[in-house]
Amino acid sequence: MIDTTPVFHPEPEVLLAYSAGSLDEANSVLTATHLALCPRCRREVARLDAIGGILTAQLKPTELAPDALAAVLARLDEAPSPTDDQVAAAVDDETRHWVPEPLRRYLGTSLSALPWKRRGFAIHELPLSLGSGSVRATLIRTGGGAALPEHTHEGVETTLVLRGAFRDEGGRFARGDVATATSADNHRPVAEPDDECLCFSVIDGPLRLTGRFGRLLNPFIRI
Amino acid sequence: MEQHRPPETTAACHEDLLEAIAIRGDKAAFAELFGHFAPRLKSYLLRLGADAATAEEVVQESMLTVWRKAASFDRRQAGAGTWIFTIARNKRIDRLRRERRPEYDPSDPALIPSQPEEADQTVWSAQVEARMRVAIDNLPPEQSDLIRRAYFEELSHREIAERSGLPLGTVKSRIRLAMQRLRERIDGLD
Repeated sequence: MIDTTPVFHPEPEVLLAYSAGSLDEANSVLTATHLALCPRCRREVARLDAIGGILTAQLKPTELAPDALAAVLARLDEAPSPTDDQVAAAVDDETRHWVPEPLRRYLGTSLSALPWKRRGFAIHELPLSLGSGSVRATLIRTGGGAALPEHTHEGVETTLVLRGAFRDEGGRFARGDVATATSADNHRPVAEPDDECLCFSVIDGPLRLTGRFGRLLNPFIRI
Repeated sequence: MEQHRPPETTAACHEDLLEAIAIRGDKAAFAELFGHFAPRLKSYLLRLGADAATAEEVVQESMLTVWRKAASFDRRQAGAGTWIFTIARNKRIDRLRRERRPEYDPSDPALIPSQPEEADQTVWSAQVEARMRVAIDNLPPEQSDLIRRAYFEELSHREIAERSGLPLGTVKSRIRLAMQRLRERIDGLD
């Protein structure tokens, strides 16, 4: 793999929300996984974290309970309680190669062992139990040259390319690139012919398929 | 190393205190850090809607994490205040939102490393942070206000637009302008 760095990045406000801690979990997974592939955005987030640190340091201090320090000091020698941190699952080399952390641990197993659902010719989808409310997260795997059904959405669809590349009206998106589509975009991504394409998408708001083929698929793609 | 010491002793002090905890489990150093940061972290949590008891608990949990993870603090990557802020932010997500805080793993073999010259740029120092503080103070109020709201009100830019009655495009462009100014300020003088 050639370590080319991404050309398309999350919107600046998304990086700000990630740093501020206000971004939902599904979009945070997408953003953090992009960060693994993007030194430029890592620098930007380091800067944003520094802003958060400075602004917090500028807040007027609030008095703590009188015994607060004593309570913490008494716990310093305590053994840390076991955390419920997700344990990284054993995965195969293919998965380790194409899916960076933190997304990898959300899969829980190797790409080939996941219960993919067929969504049309050469298109497979894997809904992830991640996200709440109107936010849905999904992995999409297409064969080289496959076209996704033409679709539009009421909210925002953010897609991170993990393997291969696709083209749509916005350009060519390859590994590490983030494509952001809003309700104004009615787009039809097509995977490049030379390799399969693996993407992680977070959709905020219901997805509607357009076009003749798409309308037929609509009931199936609902998660 | 000695001649490298930044002029602002307070800022340098916090980093030194963290290293004292990491190297020799210095409880006096911890108490000093606690005295400075804990009351500010409490304000941060209250601003974001935690009740007083929960804020107090999250502050204690955060400071306990500071103690336990001090060895992973690296002053070339962040100032003490920044590092402690990220710990409190993550604890808050964990406790108040009951969600995980996903982060990339710097030792992940799939991670694309920074170029060496880029790595140099990210060397953080008390001076860079001091310049950044000045840069934030010098932002036009309509820009710094949006940045503060992003950190302290847990609002998305969409929600900020709705509540302030500003068009979403205006909110976005103000945030972008503010970020650009800060970036120029830091990278330009680095």
